[in-house]
Amino acid sequence: MMPHDETMILETPFHSRCLALCEINLWEDWKGYRSAAAYTSVEQEYFAVRSNTGVFDISPMIKYRFTGPDAGAYLNRLVTRDISKIAVDRVAYTVWCDDNGQVMDDGTIFHLAENDYRLCAYARCLDWLMWSAEGFDVTIVDETAEVAALAVQGPTSCAVFKDMGFEGIEHLKPFGITRYPFEGDEVMISRTGFTGDLGYEIWIDPTLAETFWDALFAAGKLRGIRAIGSAALDMLRTETGFLQAGIDFIPAEEAIRTGRSRSPFELGLGWLVSFDKPVFNGRKALLKEKQEGSRYAFVYLDVEGNKPAEHAFIYSGSKEVGTVTTAAWCPTAKTNVAFAQVDAQYGKVGQKLVAEIYYERELKWTRVMAKCTVIEGAVFNPPRKRQTPAPDF
Amino acid sequence: MINVDKHYDVIVVGGGHNGLVCATYLAKDGRKVLVLEANDAPGGASATAEFSDQFSVSSCAHWLFQLNPKVASELDLTKHGLALSAENLCTIALAEDGNHLTIDGDKLEGENISDEDRKAFVAFNQQISKFCKLLAGAFSRRAPKLVEGNFTDRITLAKLGFGMKLLGKEDMSDLMRLALINIYDVMEENFENDLLKGAISLDSLLGSHMGPRSPNTVYGYIYRRMGAIFGFQGPAVVQGGMGTVGKAMAAAAAASGVDIEVDAAVDKINIDVDHATGVTLKDGRVINAALVVSNADPKTTFNKLVGLSNIETGVARRVKTMRMKGDTAKLHIALDSLPNFTGLTEQQMGQRLVIAPTMNYIEHAFNSSKYGEYSAAPAMDISIPSIHDASLAPTGKHVMSVIVQYAPYDLTGGWTEENKGTFTELVIDRLADFASDLKDKIVASELLTPVDIEQRFHIHGGHWHHGEISLDQILMMRPFPGASQYGTAVDGLYLCGAGNHPGGGVMGLAGHNAAKEIIKRGKSA
Repeated sequence: MMPHDETMILETPFHSRCLALCEINLWEDWKGYRSAAAYTSVEQEYFAVRSNTGVFDISPMIKYRFTGPDAGAYLNRLVTRDISKIAVDRVAYTVWCDDNGQVMDDGTIFHLAENDYRLCAYARCLDWLMWSAEGFDVTIVDETAEVAALAVQGPTSCAVFKDMGFEGIEHLKPFGITRYPFEGDEVMISRTGFTGDLGYEIWIDPTLAETFWDALFAAGKLRGIRAIGSAALDMLRTETGFLQAGIDFIPAEEAIRTGRSRSPFELGLGWLVSFDKPVFNGRKALLKEKQEGSRYAFVYLDVEGNKPAEHAFIYSGSKEVGTVTTAAWCPTAKTNVAFAQVDAQYGKVGQKLVAEIYYERELKWTRVMAKCTVIEGAVFNPPRKRQTPAPDF
Repeated sequence: MINVDKHYDVIVVGGGHNGLVCATYLAKDGRKVLVLEANDAPGGASATAEFSDQFSVSSCAHWLFQLNPKVASELDLTKHGLALSAENLCTIALAEDGNHLTIDGDKLEGENISDEDRKAFVAFNQQISKFCKLLAGAFSRRAPKLVEGNFTDRITLAKLGFGMKLLGKEDMSDLMRLALINIYDVMEENFENDLLKGAISLDSLLGSHMGPRSPNTVYGYIYRRMGAIFGFQGPAVVQGGMGTVGKAMAAAAAASGVDIEVDAAVDKINIDVDHATGVTLKDGRVINAALVVSNADPKTTFNKLVGLSNIETGVARRVKTMRMKGDTAKLHIALDSLPNFTGLTEQQMGQRLVIAPTMNYIEHAFNSSKYGEYSAAPAMDISIPSIHDASLAPTGKHVMSVIVQYAPYDLTGGWTEENKGTFTELVIDRLADFASDLKDKIVASELLTPVDIEQRFHIHGGHWHHGEISLDQILMMRPFPGASQYGTAVDGLYLCGAGNHPGGGVMGLAGHNAAKEIIKRGKSA
């Protein structure tokens, strides 16, 4: 292994393929890995996912593996969701909290087999995971580098997989896991993603990564397959209402200033908290919060006009009641959407608020006070996202 | 005995002295209390045991010097059998050449003591006494929480703060300075005499994993000297050994209506998601109660009885990182007759004898323990209780009890019979440097390493104080932040042992304060 201080930014197992397609050479650092922000143009990549198939290299995602007789009980104490209800070959989105009920991160748990789970996370948290393991018979391994992964998202994604020979893939339900033989080994496919569209994520041994990529792009050629970068993904996730750790909330362990972390309730994720299970991290604090009320509400805003309300202050009348964390014009939904943290009392659906938006055109800054309304959530939520068998486009 | 028809309000896990004190106060408040003790007699570390035919000794703590007088009188311990066979003993710091130093209250006796040292010692004692008085108020109350602005807590904090101010400018800045340095530096500032410096240093670290140059030793010394505030002008020898303290407390508890069951080891504290529901005994019996009070140390309580998987990660982490590594052994020696300590009369041999000739001697002894070795030349605290109490040995014969510092819990290679034998020999050889005929008089001996102490008294790491007494583990940080004020993360589960504020030392205040807190919380407790 290379000494830490001599190690360059890491490359994913798909790097040679990403490099070949990355026309504009726009890279960024994703948890120590070189990751494409965009390959050609952000809009083209965005529309690839909404109209055809977009491929995003998610290999840098932090992946932990949990095995052993207490793996399930361990995760049930770690996260807020009731893991005992997640069957084998199913995936669950969840958050995990510290003892104060403040969200440390969100991610997905894959129930791979009896006593065998994978957790995909935004942030590295091995230290917390190891502390949490005291008293449990569980083995924890960081397998970030041992698993190559791609998100294959968009209406034609299922058809592309069928063309690759993954027979019956259309029957895979949302949040389901299946496996197919591939080149003498195996590819695991889950019907999961971060785009709110019909789509899948594939998990494969790094040595087969390039072979898989080539087969995927060959099969998808006529269905408009295209590699996409993080900029397009950000638009996609905004349109479908997905929170991004580090942007829409500060992971509790990273928050330095008191009061900057948030509870699941304050992020609109109360549905992930199950009080009908054994003790879990944050339980006591969350129960108290549920009884006494939250400080903040996380809201989705339909913002008047077409100027993204990036970093905007939110007002109720003349009173400042919150700030925007994410904002974008959503091309498919044709809606100007913002996510905002506001004082709890302003969080009800239908609440009228005002966003103070600043924008610049050729060095001239303009301010608009845009009316906005608190809405339910995702402005893009097509039936194909849920349909099983998946539609063939 | 467990009364099966009685619906207990409170189960106290462990019949150590704090458990018994806590149980008694709760029973006096009208609660139905059951104490479950794993051993065959209550008392915990206040125990007397026969280690050789007709030779008995205080098997863990061997002096009584910190018992809180309020607790003693409210439990009427004298009526229940507590008697002292000797009290206000001097401490004699032994020198190999027989030129010993005797510390008798403020007085120093012996050769080579300068007038400066005599004066400095009086001034030093006065200052320490001021600091003790300041702390005494906080000792008999629950430790305040720092964040929540509870009125009672604010009073405690205000008293501490105001008390510090009242010390006067010099003493106040001295306290703040001294508390954070180490006893070695403080001794060097004050005294010349090596025996004096060694003896005081030893008092600052007995039972801990610290050397004279370790931070927190000054607090350790102040803590030990709390005994003076409680009326002990020196250590006392309990008639019948320290077990009598346990017996008297058990009798007081029983008189208040507490049921005590011995040979009843608790396997687990039963928890329903977030609140305690009772206990399961090792024999499988389940006993329910709305309140469970653990007299076991915090690590044993959470690691073994509650299970770290049943509490949240943050608390589990604090339990794990709490420092409680036993570094002290007990050696018990049965003697055919009194040995001749060079330069000591029989009356003097009945005092508290210490072997800590210089501070560097102790520091060297400590060095070994840092690396998993026992001290080649250990420091010692010696008691020959049979001089005051003939009941401990056959007529004319004697028992000697020695606290040996340092014997690390996690000795490299483990405490095998061979290692125990070698260490016993080494300690006896060292003792023989001060009493040349000792070896001829030995009838039997017993070494209790920290591992033995852990097994016999069910204390994690064999640490007497149920956790290092240091500034990061006192007051609201004892046993650890978030579990202060005797309550825990588990509703209905309280802690009452020495691992809690104010700490150990057969003081009884942890048990007293825990009971008061439970009573104060009333129904919500």
